[in-house]
Amino acid sequence: MADSGVTDGLCDTDDIERSKTEGKELTKEEKQRLRKEKKHQKKIKEKKDDAASHEDEKKKKKKKEEKPVGAASQPPTQPSQKVAPAPAPVPVPASETPALADKPAKSKADLKAERRARQESERASKQGKKGDVGQPVPTSKPKAPPSELQPVVKRLPEHVQVDNPDVLKKLAKKLERQQIPLRSDYGYKVSLFSHLHQYSRKAPLTQQLGIPSTVIHPAIVRLGLQYSQGIVAGSNARSVALLHAFKQVIRDYTTPPNEELSRDLVNKLKPYISFLNQCRPLSASMGNAIKYIKKEISNIPSQCKEEEAKSKLLSCIECYINEKIILAAKAIAKYSIEKISDGDVILVYGCSSLVNHILCEAFEKKRKFRVIVVDSRPRLEGREALRRLVQRGISCTYVLISAVSYILPEVSKVFLGAHALLANGYVMSRVGTSQIALVAKAFNVPVLVCCETYKFCERVQTDSFVSNELDDPDELIVTRKGKTQLEHWQEVPSLGLLNLVYDVTPPDFVDLVITDLGMIPCTSVPVVLRVKNVDQ
Amino acid sequence: MELQAVLMAAGGGSRMPDLTYNTPKPMLPVGNKPLMWYPLNLLERVGFEEVIVITTKEVHKMMSTDPKMKDVKMKLDVVCIQEDGDMGTADALRHIQQKIKTDVLVVSCDLITDVALHEVVDLFRAHNATLAMLMSKAHEFTDTVPGQKGKKKTAEQRDFVGVDQSGKRLLFMANEADLEDGLSIRKSIMRKHPRMHIKTGLEDAHLYCLKKAVVDFLADNKSISSIRGELVPYLVRKQFSKTTNSPKIKDDAEDQNQKTIDELLISSRDEPLLQLAQERSCWNDHRGDMSEAYHGGKLRCYVHIIDQGLCYRVNTLAAYIEANRLAPKLFEEPAVHPSAVISERCQMGSDSIIGALCQVADKTSIKRSTIGNSTTVKEKVKVTNSIIMHGVTIEEGCNIQGCVICSNAVIGRGADLKYCLVGSGQQIEPEGEDQISFIHIMQCSNDKPVCFRIVRKHRLVSSY
Repeated sequence: MADSGVTDGLCDTDDIERSKTEGKELTKEEKQRLRKEKKHQKKIKEKKDDAASHEDEKKKKKKKEEKPVGAASQPPTQPSQKVAPAPAPVPVPASETPALADKPAKSKADLKAERRARQESERASKQGKKGDVGQPVPTSKPKAPPSELQPVVKRLPEHVQVDNPDVLKKLAKKLERQQIPLRSDYGYKVSLFSHLHQYSRKAPLTQQLGIPSTVIHPAIVRLGLQYSQGIVAGSNARSVALLHAFKQVIRDYTTPPNEELSRDLVNKLKPYISFLNQCRPLSASMGNAIKYIKKEISNIPSQCKEEEAKSKLLSCIECYINEKIILAAKAIAKYSIEKISDGDVILVYGCSSLVNHILCEAFEKKRKFRVIVVDSRPRLEGREALRRLVQRGISCTYVLISAVSYILPEVSKVFLGAHALLANGYVMSRVGTSQIALVAKAFNVPVLVCCETYKFCERVQTDSFVSNELDDPDELIVTRKGKTQLEHWQEVPSLGLLNLVYDVTPPDFVDLVITDLGMIPCTSVPVVLRVKNVDQ
Repeated sequence: MELQAVLMAAGGGSRMPDLTYNTPKPMLPVGNKPLMWYPLNLLERVGFEEVIVITTKEVHKMMSTDPKMKDVKMKLDVVCIQEDGDMGTADALRHIQQKIKTDVLVVSCDLITDVALHEVVDLFRAHNATLAMLMSKAHEFTDTVPGQKGKKKTAEQRDFVGVDQSGKRLLFMANEADLEDGLSIRKSIMRKHPRMHIKTGLEDAHLYCLKKAVVDFLADNKSISSIRGELVPYLVRKQFSKTTNSPKIKDDAEDQNQKTIDELLISSRDEPLLQLAQERSCWNDHRGDMSEAYHGGKLRCYVHIIDQGLCYRVNTLAAYIEANRLAPKLFEEPAVHPSAVISERCQMGSDSIIGALCQVADKTSIKRSTIGNSTTVKEKVKVTNSIIMHGVTIEEGCNIQGCVICSNAVIGRGADLKYCLVGSGQQIEPEGEDQISFIHIMQCSNDKPVCFRIVRKHRLVSSY
């Protein structure tokens, strides 16, 4: 205010007015500048706080998911809190003097600053009304318009927070609302994996369901049973079976009065999906299939008749399976056959439906090669792969995973299947795959991963601990010559049985990923995901 | 809807004619509840809301008056059939074919069990089976049965049941009566399942989960009349027969539209999708040969065998007595009905049950027995190991041991009965001393002659 007093005596009334307005502008601009300085100071402070809080998070949750996004969401919340109480009149420091000196040259800049300041104050007042926490508005750049893009606050999925009682309570409430029984965990869990569910095969979820099941469609109950007993296993098989069950659900569905099919059917599917999740955690491919169906259902126009809508949905599902699974397999086989030459010795691990398909196709095309099937306990899926290959006439060798380093000098290529491909290029597959890839890398044997694009997943994971699946620990127990050594393992307090299902292979060990879009390096997965999202 | 329940309650109880002379088998009291209440209770507990009950008019009438049946909260759709007994269980299913819209769960009215039903139904669901049934280890009944001289009758015809390694898949089923020279097993079974366990000590609980296609098949094939006797062995055999059956070979009705059970099963929609899922799945139910899961067969029969737990079929007198002893343990009901009047000086064992509106006087001793509703027991009566049905009057000083006394009988003063079976409405004269073991007293209708056996010369007990 001292400035306006000084200039008043010097100028006319216009000047007085101008100076008043200028004075106001000045004070506003000064306020803005002061605000900026404060923000800057606070940002420096926050970065220190953030670092400390992030370490806390690490210790608590051992999570590294979405850290850059998480970090970005934190500082914006704090400045917004500060901006809200900011429009109080600020005591004028000595920084006014440079403002005085620049006064005449600032007409355009003044107007700009005025506009900016008005925007800021409006925004600040809005935020003051809304409240502070939980409104992450990126105000890190004042020039940025009030953005419509909110940085997504990623919530951790429930299935990796099993040791958090609040999350469990929420899950129990949700299941109760959907009238689905809660499956209880079984047995002692190894402490590193205590954040995951561990269920017993002998306690199926149907124990707690009524017969006949009225809440859940019978096709879904059957599917859930088949998942939990392992009758339908393998990423592709699970997706196909899921879509088959959904087809039956859609066929038997009737729209209740006063409801729209597009909204009601999605709500009907939610408890079914929870039920299937309880029977066995959903795979990435199933997740993508469910997203697709939900999108298709929501896109049905409201004036569409029920019969027409249902037939449209059924044909969409057929189309999806045909494109993403059957034709994709053909395309991948076509690309892979180029990579298989005569005289090759190919190593495969476990039973991947896609890799088996490729090898059978290559054999039909008269390529001369032989296969080494590597198998591991407790699932011993390699036996099934062996059966399928030998049935076609391919000459095979069968070893257990403990012999991999002895057999690798003979191998010319390694073909691996994948359960999912993560957004940072990591390959999630059956446990043991990363070991094989590692040993193959050590022997300089090329590793090729075959994966359809519908299994690409936007998750990011760098280790196998964060998100995995724990199978029934009793499956590890074996009876030889009438003796079961581990029969009473639960009574030994210091003994824990761990039956992991998946593991994660870093992209350094994978030389090529063969997808239906072509042969891409592992690091191109996010590009494919982006292209897919744009397409859709 | 997933499953429809069908309760077969039209059976005659041909193996215990004395008990069922007056009361039809489904309404025989076991632990003071009618026999058919037990399977209905099982279905209700599991979650069924509707049951189709196939029964006779007589039973239907008795059902509507029985107080315990009113406790059943499910909707009972009663279908009455003729009593002449020519209708087998499969014939009954054919009779109600129009009502069957989905897969069926067939239960017999004489089954008392506490099995977890989801075990049987899970087999049916998970493997998409055509038939899933329940069997239990056969029980040896050790108590002496009234009315039977000496040991048990000739051993019942044995059942040979063949299961695979896992003990769940049913490979072979034959009754001893059908095997003349010996047990012959087809090569196709041995090729597919080289290791088979054959068990003979199993009792069929008559609980079957059947696919809807089977009921449709029954409608076409009228020659099959019993589920247990004909349909189940047929299905078990058909699992391994070649699927190329030309319809012309059929020897019953020359219906061109008659389909074999295979065709009926395959004609379900979305079969190619299911095939695709199975192909892509890395699971197999057997290993060691080159075939895919289930050997590519569409017809599959599964069995769940229970070792422990209660599972009785009350179709013989011995089973009836055993069931009376054990059935009350299934439920947490008080042994003594609240409306019964029991004097303080009565000695009652903890494993006895007293029904509603009973009157038990002083100085009586009741051990290991079941006393029905509205029974009067006077002073100084000793009842051990017996089953006393409804409306019986036992005068003073009687000594009843190991007997079954049917409803509305009157035991005169001072009678001493051991191991007797007293028919309905009978009167035992006072001082009727039956130190004779195994007197069998049957009720006779007006034109039939009296039949009783006397082993030693003693005072006759009259009956009319």
